[in-house]
Amino acid sequence: MKNLIREFVKGITIENPTFALVLGLCPTLAVSSSVGNAIGMGVSATFVLLGSNIIISLIRKLIPDQIRIPCFIVVIATFVTIVEMLLKAYFPALNASLGIYVPLIVVNCIVLGRAEAFACKNRVLPSIADALGMGVGFTIALTIIATIREALGEGEILDFKLIHGFDPAAVFILAPGALLTLGLLIAAVNWWHIRKKDNKEIKKLSCHEGVCDGCK
Amino acid sequence: MDVSKFMAIMISMVFINNFILSKFLGLCSFIGVSKEIKPAVSMGIAVTFVATMSSIITWFIYRFLLIPFNITYLRTIAFILVIASFVQFVEMVIRKTSPPLYKALGIYLPLITVNCAILGVAVLNSETFFIGKTTMSGSFWMSAVQGFFAGVGFLLAMALMSGIRQRLELIDCPECLKGVPLAFVIASLMSLAFMGFNGFKF
Repeated sequence: MKNLIREFVKGITIENPTFALVLGLCPTLAVSSSVGNAIGMGVSATFVLLGSNIIISLIRKLIPDQIRIPCFIVVIATFVTIVEMLLKAYFPALNASLGIYVPLIVVNCIVLGRAEAFACKNRVLPSIADALGMGVGFTIALTIIATIREALGEGEILDFKLIHGFDPAAVFILAPGALLTLGLLIAAVNWWHIRKKDNKEIKKLSCHEGVCDGCK
Repeated sequence: MDVSKFMAIMISMVFINNFILSKFLGLCSFIGVSKEIKPAVSMGIAVTFVATMSSIITWFIYRFLLIPFNITYLRTIAFILVIASFVQFVEMVIRKTSPPLYKALGIYLPLITVNCAILGVAVLNSETFFIGKTTMSGSFWMSAVQGFFAGVGFLLAMALMSGIRQRLELIDCPECLKGVPLAFVIASLMSLAFMGFNGFKF
């Protein structure tokens, strides 16, 4: 159980697909212009991840090693087709605004990456935990980016007006704003990691020289 | 056959709707392989070739297989399988016939299978040049041209980006911005510049 929780949490934190591994960028940037789209894409990708991880971990002993990538792609494409049809039937508006990025979940590196790195080596339960963790991590990252972009670009989040009299900068919902937001967010994550490392080193260094006695 | 239509597709694919800078397709390889000029340009050429060929192949699949049998919902699976096997085939042919070319392009070919630009252009073709179940006149040539110039746009963005990034190696910037984040900021500025082709419509 502890292992399962660890697999789940790592997808959200230290191995976050967007901020730590920098995978699956195309959908991340293209659909993060509004929070609604971002959540829709996150849920669709999570569904595909979950389905493909389960199936691949079930049949992992039947797949010959040389042709494993085509096998993975077929499984993934099947689930993407299911998502496409579900969206078309039940959420036509969301389907229209996500456009060609729905079929493109097939080539989302996160899905194929998890199949290759995790599902084909592990049993079903850990694979489910891994898929859910990665999916939730991806959804959270998408939502963060979308929140920033929608707040700055439209001045509202999910049709809720934030500040009256705020003149939004439309560039943030266009392509340049997407790239800039993601770049600065990754920089912020890096900055946080570097600062944590530096603090640790300073502590170690001063202890070694006997300058401080905080650790005693 | 209308030349102005082809010109419109060309300008739109290379500049206005540049696949990388305004549609975010193929961004992974754009960030990953753009550290030096030579590999970046090789990758761009490989993408151009594969995008053109797969546009042509998927047009035939869509027109003569998926539409007559009324199974257009299998589009995603059919396209990705055809593209993957085509790329594998090209890799084998190049390895046999031209080892120097294989050395230059070979390692990028497997990467291309999962490059969203290729599947993206195939899906885009099937959405713009087929209305429902009817085929637009001249759609075959337009698909091929769209595929080719999508690749050219990719090549252009790759070449520009790698040129800039090569110079950035020496720059003194904050530690946390080095590498990928800085590449995104540069891409953002490039994308802003490319929007100029569209005319700013804020």
